[in-house]
Amino acid sequence: MAKTDIGPPNYKNFLPPVIQKNYGKWKHHEILKPGLLKHVAESGDELYTVRVGSGRLLSTDHIREICEIADKYCDGYLRFTSRHNVEFLLTDKNRVDALIAELKSKNYPVGGTGHSITNIVHTQGWVHCHTPATDASGPVKAVMDELYDYFVTMKLPAHVRIALACCLNMCGAVHCSDIAILGIHRTVPKPDHSRVPNVCEIPTTIASCPTGAIRPDPKTKSVVINEEKCMYCGNCYTVCPALPLADAENDGISIWVGGKVSNARSAPMFSKLVIPYLPNNPPRWPETVAAVKNIVEIYAKQGRKHERMGEWIDRVGWERFFRLTGIEFTDKHIDDFTLAPNTFRTTTQFKWG
Amino acid sequence: MAKSETPLLDELEKGPWPSFVKDIKQAAEKKPMARDLLGQLELSYKEKIGHWKHGGIVGVKGYGGGVIGRYSDRPDLFPGVEHFHTLRVNHPTGWFYTTKALRALCDVWDKHGSGLTNMHGSTGDIILLGTKTENLQPCFDDLSDAGFDLGGSGSALRTPSACVGPGRCEWACIDSLDICYNLTMEFQDQIHRPMFPYKFKIKVSACANDCVAAIARADFSIIGTWMGKIQIDAQEVKAYAASGLNIREEVTDLCPTKCMNWDEGKKELKIEDGDCTRCMHCINLMPKALRQGKEKGASILVGGKAPILQGALLSTLIVPFMKLEPPYKELKELIRKIQDWWDENGKSRERLGELINRVGMRTFLKAVGLKPIPQMVKSPRTNPYIFFWPEEIKKEVK
Repeated sequence: MAKTDIGPPNYKNFLPPVIQKNYGKWKHHEILKPGLLKHVAESGDELYTVRVGSGRLLSTDHIREICEIADKYCDGYLRFTSRHNVEFLLTDKNRVDALIAELKSKNYPVGGTGHSITNIVHTQGWVHCHTPATDASGPVKAVMDELYDYFVTMKLPAHVRIALACCLNMCGAVHCSDIAILGIHRTVPKPDHSRVPNVCEIPTTIASCPTGAIRPDPKTKSVVINEEKCMYCGNCYTVCPALPLADAENDGISIWVGGKVSNARSAPMFSKLVIPYLPNNPPRWPETVAAVKNIVEIYAKQGRKHERMGEWIDRVGWERFFRLTGIEFTDKHIDDFTLAPNTFRTTTQFKWG
Repeated sequence: MAKSETPLLDELEKGPWPSFVKDIKQAAEKKPMARDLLGQLELSYKEKIGHWKHGGIVGVKGYGGGVIGRYSDRPDLFPGVEHFHTLRVNHPTGWFYTTKALRALCDVWDKHGSGLTNMHGSTGDIILLGTKTENLQPCFDDLSDAGFDLGGSGSALRTPSACVGPGRCEWACIDSLDICYNLTMEFQDQIHRPMFPYKFKIKVSACANDCVAAIARADFSIIGTWMGKIQIDAQEVKAYAASGLNIREEVTDLCPTKCMNWDEGKKELKIEDGDCTRCMHCINLMPKALRQGKEKGASILVGGKAPILQGALLSTLIVPFMKLEPPYKELKELIRKIQDWWDENGKSRERLGELINRVGMRTFLKAVGLKPIPQMVKSPRTNPYIFFWPEEIKKEVK
């Protein structure tokens, strides 16, 4: 029998020699051009990194192709980033141009560094998830096709981090992104009364609801859901498979803006709701693509250098954000969950828009 | 020419960004499983709804997690994905690979699975996307022989992850790679055998830029920082000014604490380090000229999470500075204390941050033995509903 609990391979065995030698002794770095980083160690050694985007969903053949490139230029070493990019690590400056040329000839997007839109962190969607309100890979592909130019250049005021999660579970934890694309359900779960008594534990199911919207129904030995209280989070479905909530006509996408994770300048921030609902419109989600592009382009024009999207909006105010983007402000934008009053204006200071 | 069976997905082969549809089609040339995945996905695109059934418990011997069970709700149409389970494989820390190791992984997956992967999943694992129940154990056995192990799923410690840290970054205040690997090895049992109220995530970022989003996503966030003065190389500062960097506009005016002063005439930069909150902005802009203070360690924050269930939370500061050197005894003790308290007091599906909110930070701090300090809050409370411990109140003298 195979050994258990061996843990992951020791990363030290996968570090290229230049990193082993200069581990923890890097002095400075610069971005030479989009997709190309140069790190200099205290020893004077140089490390060049070429970054390319990927679709995240990779076939083994595709991975083998990436391996061949890394064998040819990087002595068989490479890494992936936390945002699904691939990084080729070289020590020979003279081979960088040839590598980039080969990558481009094979249609790998070279970029994703500095003030660019880098790869979209995303979830499984219809490819592999059981609770999705939208697909993940499809909208990501459609959005990145449209924003491609921002990946291969560095002309934005600052980094723009876009993320997509296909439901509120947020496996992709999109809630602190410059732009978050979030799948939402809008209708209550539909109890399958023939299955609930057999496959679900009723007290656990009732306890799973954060708003107390689920009651037991002694007659059917199933549950009843209060439509006025349900906020479509799907938590009950996770504990009780007989409460499906997918709805082809009403599920869709919401857009959130202005979050960040980094502590640079301003503190980390949550993304805020700007578009409560856009329809699922496969295969290319034109409404979502247009909405994201509009926000990026207004920010590109209005943001000051080094100002993240949330910092720009903090400076000009949400009233101006909605005017500039032409996005309609509705009752959906005003919070009504537990900490709602924290977001209400409690001063006479506001802008006209 | 035969009419395509996937006209909707074919649209996503167009355009400059890499196409996941091309990758699925590439795998489908060899694997009926991948072909049926493509077919089912096309059906989802047509009907605008997912076609995976809810869960199902499957796994490998000795483990309670690491495999996500998945079954098609249309096995009549797509028998190849009747079972389509995913293995989460613990990635090498920092996502460094040799091509030899990557190929070994591909060999295992070509033998036992769909030939499709995610590099990587949101938590950081290598995702081996889709195989049949009977393939799980042989696949695990071969993975183990190739030196790989499964990651976490369910109410377990999820696979810890770390930024590139000292591997390639001059801003690393801590050895994020070693800390992450060391904790992963130490807590193997918690990763593989779910025993908690819900998931628990540990993420390690070596500086405040937080490249693995620890503060937003981890129940236990380890973020590098420093004490002492930012080291200034006056010559390099002048070189940046000469190269066209507008130090006033781009650096000092954007400093959140206004602790920097730029003398345009003398080309001199001064920093009032006592006012600095170590946000990294100035160092990000002038990496050749400014280096962090010499005494390095980490801030510890806890309780970050996405919205399910009570709303999203950012991690909150509980230890401003901890020296982190192997074997990381103090760090591990703190993690164990926090997990024990959460395990004891948390309700089912209650994350650490939610438990702290429910019972109060003071109860948490007392339980894990941390002294309250001003660094923990943005401001003291503004409401007068103050709880006192029983021993703080004078009892009636009879």
